[in-house]
Amino acid sequence: MGSPTSRPAGDGSAPAPLLSLRGVTKTYGEGDAAVRALDGIDLDVVPGEFVAITGPSGSGKSTAMSIFGCLDLPTGGEYRIEGIPVQDLSGDVLAALRNARFGFVFQQFNLLARTPALENVAMPLVYAGVGTRERARRAREALSVVGLAGREQARTNQLSGGEQQRVAIARAIVNAPEIVLADEPTGNLDSKKGAEIMKLLTALNRDHGITVLMVTHDATCAAYARRQVVFRDGCIVRDDGKEAAS
Amino acid sequence: MILPSAGLAFAALLRNKMRSALTMLGIVIGVGAVVMMQSMGGGATEYVSEAISGLGSNMLIIIPGTPRGLGQMTTGVPLFTLGDVDAIRHQARDVALVSAAGQRVERVVYGGRNRSSAVAGLMPEYFQIRAWSVSSGRLFTQEEERQGASVCVVGQTVVDDLYLGQSPIGRDLRVRDKTCRIIGVMESRGASAGMDQDDVVFMPYSSFSRRLVGNDRISAIMASAASADRIDEAKAQIVEILHRRRHIAQGDDDNFAVRDPRDLQAVFQSVMGMLTTLLAGVAAVSLVVGGIGIMNIMLVSVTERTREIGVRLAIGARSRDVLTQFLVEATTLSAVGGVVGVGLGLAGAWGVARGIHVPFVVPAVSTAVAFAVSILVGIGFGVWPARKAARLNPLAALRFE
Repeated sequence: MGSPTSRPAGDGSAPAPLLSLRGVTKTYGEGDAAVRALDGIDLDVVPGEFVAITGPSGSGKSTAMSIFGCLDLPTGGEYRIEGIPVQDLSGDVLAALRNARFGFVFQQFNLLARTPALENVAMPLVYAGVGTRERARRAREALSVVGLAGREQARTNQLSGGEQQRVAIARAIVNAPEIVLADEPTGNLDSKKGAEIMKLLTALNRDHGITVLMVTHDATCAAYARRQVVFRDGCIVRDDGKEAAS
Repeated sequence: MILPSAGLAFAALLRNKMRSALTMLGIVIGVGAVVMMQSMGGGATEYVSEAISGLGSNMLIIIPGTPRGLGQMTTGVPLFTLGDVDAIRHQARDVALVSAAGQRVERVVYGGRNRSSAVAGLMPEYFQIRAWSVSSGRLFTQEEERQGASVCVVGQTVVDDLYLGQSPIGRDLRVRDKTCRIIGVMESRGASAGMDQDDVVFMPYSSFSRRLVGNDRISAIMASAASADRIDEAKAQIVEILHRRRHIAQGDDDNFAVRDPRDLQAVFQSVMGMLTTLLAGVAAVSLVVGGIGIMNIMLVSVTERTREIGVRLAIGARSRDVLTQFLVEATTLSAVGGVVGVGLGLAGAWGVARGIHVPFVVPAVSTAVAFAVSILVGIGFGVWPARKAARLNPLAALRFE
């Protein structure tokens, strides 16, 4: 477990960060072909925040998201979750961490094809070792949170894009995670459906206290967040949170 | 983790019904062939055993000719004489009973009806050797054998087919152009080795040879050993007596053979064993081909479902969960193939058994082994694709197009 002294020095009044990137770099490839996707990122996220990460394509925002979600490890620097350095953890522990503390929402929805909504939503609980009956109960509950009560048995192909993304969000929150990571959640939806998804994410953040990290290139969507972080060329060029703090 | 995986596996396989069915085919054929052939082999063995035990215990059959290859006999060698029969009866210590035996197919007539039946000339001892008796009337006696009496005992088929009625005893049956009086009806024995054992007319050997054959040459001798553990001695004594009587010098080829039905069974079993080994080889090839088919389809499936694997890894599946999922899927494919194979194999064997009237046997051990092998094939050929899936990088898998 991480030692308290290694925590970044705060001013004492700010809450301890839930997620913390310190000097994080990420390089893909080697030698001349090496591409530096992240170039020394410092970013703290405290519990209950709703952060939008924006920036042009190739600015490194998706890479940062993958590192936050423990899907990828930094090449340099340090990523800590509640003070615990992630690079020291084994694959199985990372899997358990993703399962228990994170919910993922993808641009492509990534639901199982031709599978009932209930089954899709219950999937994380299978890996958490929850029994069949309890899985169904909690999946039903999550579906009602996203406004899909009664559609439990609808198969993926019978749902509209907006509904599919709602199912994906239900899947992300079924395990009662602290953090939901949303990668372009409205990217495949029209603006009306996109707005509904944004309202849903906002409600999760406000009413359920879930920390939301969202990558988007859509300014309208980013406006729903309470803090905006702008990436360019692997660096943070603007961070509302820091400005507010300073 | 295994149980939810099995559920997931079934769901995944049902999503691609046609593909799953085709993939299983190799396993179905392999397992089906083994089960069907083992069942039919078991049925045939049982059938032959029954037929042989139906011949009577401790029986030996002495026939003229030189053994040449598998069961082939030369013709043109001397038949036996009544003197040979007497010599065996009196000189072979371990021979309990001896009977001359001759048989020919003759037209049998009663009233306006006739049929072709096997007409056999036998001595009264024959019925003891075969432990066979009458259901009504009586067998012929030594006295009738000596006299060459015109009497006969008939089988149930002859009774039925010629409408001899409830009490055929005492009626006169015409065999070719000779008449004989029916004194008994044999107990029904049914069919054995494809022949109706009840389609017979038995008469004293003396009467048969004099009236139907016209000479006293004997084409076969039946004997029985004193007990089951004296069969080999009895056989040796018969050989020794016949060598002497037929003037065969030491080292010359025999011109007769003493057959023990158990030899027949042994030959049959060795042939069955050979067939079984051969078939096991063919089945092994089929199972390997089936296994490769499963591996191929699982590799396709892993590629197709890369994003699904990515999602599963992202939401908390450990790589061993993914490994288990695909392994269980491959094993489910092969196990279902195994079950279908067992079902089809048994159904096929049952159909054939019904068709050719042999007993239907469920080969329990072979069935269990074939099924177990089908599961092992699934695990064996599923490991590589499953490892491929489990080793995917979650991020790369999620971004896979």
